[in-house]
Amino acid sequence: MSASRADRLLWEEHLHGGAHWSGLARRGVKLRLTDVTGGANISALFYNYEERLERYNMADTLKAQHTAFLTEGCVCYSDMGRILCSITEDTCGWHDTFCGVSNAAMVQARFGATRFQEQRNDYYKNGYDSLLNELGKYGLGKRDVVANVNFFSKVVTDDAGDLHFDARNSRPGAYVDLRFEMNTLVILATCQHPFDPALEYRPREVRVTAFATAPTAEDDVCRMRCAENQRGFRNTETLYL
Amino acid sequence: MREAAHSHESFRPTLIQSRRDPSSAVRSEVIPAGEPWLATVCRGQTFRIIDLEGNQAVDTLFFNAANSEERYSAVDTIRSQGRLYLTTGTQLLSNDGNVMLTITADTCGRHDTLGGACSAESNTVRYALEKRHMHSCRDNFLLALAHSGLNITKRDLPSNINFFMNVPITPAGKLTFADGISAAGRYVELQAEMDVIVLISNCPQLNNPCNAYNPTPVRVMVWDAL
Repeated sequence: MSASRADRLLWEEHLHGGAHWSGLARRGVKLRLTDVTGGANISALFYNYEERLERYNMADTLKAQHTAFLTEGCVCYSDMGRILCSITEDTCGWHDTFCGVSNAAMVQARFGATRFQEQRNDYYKNGYDSLLNELGKYGLGKRDVVANVNFFSKVVTDDAGDLHFDARNSRPGAYVDLRFEMNTLVILATCQHPFDPALEYRPREVRVTAFATAPTAEDDVCRMRCAENQRGFRNTETLYL
Repeated sequence: MREAAHSHESFRPTLIQSRRDPSSAVRSEVIPAGEPWLATVCRGQTFRIIDLEGNQAVDTLFFNAANSEERYSAVDTIRSQGRLYLTTGTQLLSNDGNVMLTITADTCGRHDTLGGACSAESNTVRYALEKRHMHSCRDNFLLALAHSGLNITKRDLPSNINFFMNVPITPAGKLTFADGISAAGRYVELQAEMDVIVLISNCPQLNNPCNAYNPTPVRVMVWDAL
């Protein structure tokens, strides 16, 4: 699982299960998200760092690429027809786009009530409050929460549209590489997926590794995936001329 | 009902009629093709959208009339019912997890909430750079809000509902914009569980089959609680 030869390691962080994290990923930075133990979930939201009204748009991402899930070769579109990041490598194979996150009521109903006073930092976290917590650090809030990506989670639909969670989707050591095409505010939460059938609260740890990476090539796999992505890259590159 | 265009689609919806009498409606208006519509529907009132000529996508958002930070949430609605498509019985949930409206009748069979709204910018990606000038649902939303006096802006536009639109997802995860399963006169009816602001764009998209390449008018009607 070596990075490409052109990549230069910048930094690495371990996130506990149930953690929330945010940071700037500049254009040209690649973030590798690694599922350390298997069964992890990383809920993610992306915003243009300079103009936070421009943000990841689930519908535009799915429509442009005629897919309901994300994997290698896919890109994450903003609502302005630009590409926030590209998935350049993926050893997992399926990342959920439409199930959202857990909230406080769900976590309490499923796993019981906990609070800091008794549990200290082991109190149960939920996805929605975790995202709000990070967003608040940038003056963002409920109005800025949109449909998120759930990395390492797989939910399939049948013909009636009923949803089925695949608990064996992500193996220990699975990783997904996000190459940022725009200066992006990245918001992450490592809470369990809302459809994770686990009977106990057990969010998994993950690793985030940042590399400086080569500019996106003319024959890049994400660019060449479809004509839509070629136009999306053109729109994005125009922003940085 | 028209046969589904794709062979994987074996789904046959249950169609539920309404007993509401059109002559007793307190409001009945036509939204011309390609135009926005903004109104308040009060708790207990029933709200109907009629696809007058068939296969017309109606992009719709709901906001809590008392606090627009609370708004329709596609992912909360999907997650809560464990199902992608909306039809009779679906509770439309807000980002705070509250029921905003319930679908009480549906003669179309299912409605999309993954496909979002078209925009000038996404048109450049999906079709061609020179499609940017074409009218779009997001421009409808933005202009209706700009003139509304409400403190609702682009920041408040999440994934919407596309009534009458058919976006089947296969078990392998492929997403397509298929021919519509709606037809002239089909309708969907919702009961408001809180006072809501309804924001509609009667979709002007000409580049895919969501409006059968021919946007047409729809009718909206409101009834007071029985």
